[in-house]
Amino acid sequence: MECVSLEKAIGLIPDGATIMVGGFMAVGTPERLVDELVRQGKRQLTLICNDNARPGAGVGKLVSAGALKKTISSHIGLNPETQKLMFDKLLEVELTPQGTFVERIRAGGFGLGGVVTPTGVGTLVEEGKRKLEIDGREYLLEPPLRADFALLSAFLCDYVGNLSYALTARNFNPVMAMAADTVIVEVEHIVPTGMISPDHVMTPATLVDYVVANRTGTLAS
Amino acid sequence: MDAQEIIARRIAQELHSGMLVNLGIGIPTQVANYLPPEVHVWFQSENGLIGTAALALEGMAQGLLTDAAGRPVAALPGACTFDSAMSFGLIRGGHVDVTVLGALQVDERGHLANWTIPGKLVPGMGGAMDLATGAKRVIIAMQHTAKGKPKVLRKCDLPLTSRRPVDLVVTDMAVIGFPEGRATLLETAPGVSVEQVVAATQAQLAVPASVPGMRL
Repeated sequence: MECVSLEKAIGLIPDGATIMVGGFMAVGTPERLVDELVRQGKRQLTLICNDNARPGAGVGKLVSAGALKKTISSHIGLNPETQKLMFDKLLEVELTPQGTFVERIRAGGFGLGGVVTPTGVGTLVEEGKRKLEIDGREYLLEPPLRADFALLSAFLCDYVGNLSYALTARNFNPVMAMAADTVIVEVEHIVPTGMISPDHVMTPATLVDYVVANRTGTLAS
Repeated sequence: MDAQEIIARRIAQELHSGMLVNLGIGIPTQVANYLPPEVHVWFQSENGLIGTAALALEGMAQGLLTDAAGRPVAALPGACTFDSAMSFGLIRGGHVDVTVLGALQVDERGHLANWTIPGKLVPGMGGAMDLATGAKRVIIAMQHTAKGKPKVLRKCDLPLTSRRPVDLVVTDMAVIGFPEGRATLLETAPGVSVEQVVAATQAQLAVPASVPGMRL
C-alpha cells in the first residue's frame, strides 16, 4: 500500500480504461477521486458501477463531464442525463440485474469462470447468453467482470492499508477491491494499525495499492 | 381511503412478526405505514441493511445510512449491515420471506412486467429481477387500471421481470391469487362488486361462487 496524492493516483488512469467505482446512488462513492477524474479530463472510460447516481453526485459527475464511453450498471433511471445520452446513442449502456452485477464482479475477483444464476431466465436478459439446466432448473451463464482500476470509498484505513466500511456505504466496495488490477481507495479516516481488529477488517491490506486520505491525515492534497 | 391506502393496508395484513421483507419503490413503501404496533418485521434495503426504519428524529440524517432510493433512514436496534453480494445472496437465495413490488402488468398466469417500456422508459432493472425470482413470496401492489386500461392482462406485452409467477396481486379493486397457476379473484375492495372487477380485468379471471370483501 502506498499513500499518494490525488493527482498522482488518478494520473495512473489512462483514457479508455475500464474502471469500477463503488457506491449505491453515490453513497459509498469516492467523491474526490471522481472529481479528480473530471479535473484531469479523462475520456472514453468504461464505467462499472451499480448506477449513474444523479447529476452533481457521485459518478453522475462523470456522465455530465462526457467522460464515459460505456456504463455497465443495474439501474440508470435516476440520472436523466444518462437517459438522454443513451437515447442519443452517445453513451453505451449495458444493463444487468443487480444480483448478477455483483456476482459477476465477485467471480472476476474470486477466480471463478462465471456466474450461474436463475435471474433473467425468460426475460430480455437471457438474449445472447448460454443457458444451463441443472437438476431440472434453468440458469443463465454470465461472464465475470474485471477492471483495470477500482476506485473505492472506505470509512477506516489503518497504517498498513486494512479497510473497513460504514453502514450502507459498504455496498459494492469489498467485491470491487478483489476484481481490479489496481485498487485506489479514498478513505474518511486514517487510524493507527490495530484500531480495526482482525475480526473487523473487511478488505485486507494486501489488496490495496494506493490510498488517498479524505479529511484527516496529511497524505493527499 | 384512497387507492394507495387500500392497497398498502391490505398488503400489510400479509406480513407477520419475524419476517424479512423487501419493499420495492412506489406504492410498496407505504405498506410499512400500516403495520400494527405488535407486528415486528425486519425490512431489508437492497443496498445492504436489515432493520430499515423511517427516520423520525429531525437533524439526525446520516449520509452513510440510506435506503435503496438514496434517502436517509434510521436503523432499528438489532439491525445489521452487509455488502451487496450478501444482500443479493439473501434475495436470490430465498431468504427474503416477502417482497412487495409495483407492476406495469401482470398476466393470468401470474407473470410480472415491471421494469421497462421499450423505447419509452428504460431505467434498468436494478434488483427487481432478483427479487421477483428469489423471494419466497412475491406480492404485487398496483392500481387495477392505468388511464382506464386494465393492468391484469391475458398475456403481458411488456418485457417480463421474471418467469417465476407472483403469488398475490393486491389492487385498489381486488385481491387476486394464482391457485394451480390460474388467476383467481379472492377478495373485492370496499364498495367494489365482482362484476366491476371482471369488467376492469382483461385476463380470464376464475371467480369462486362467493367472493369475500377485503377486511380493512
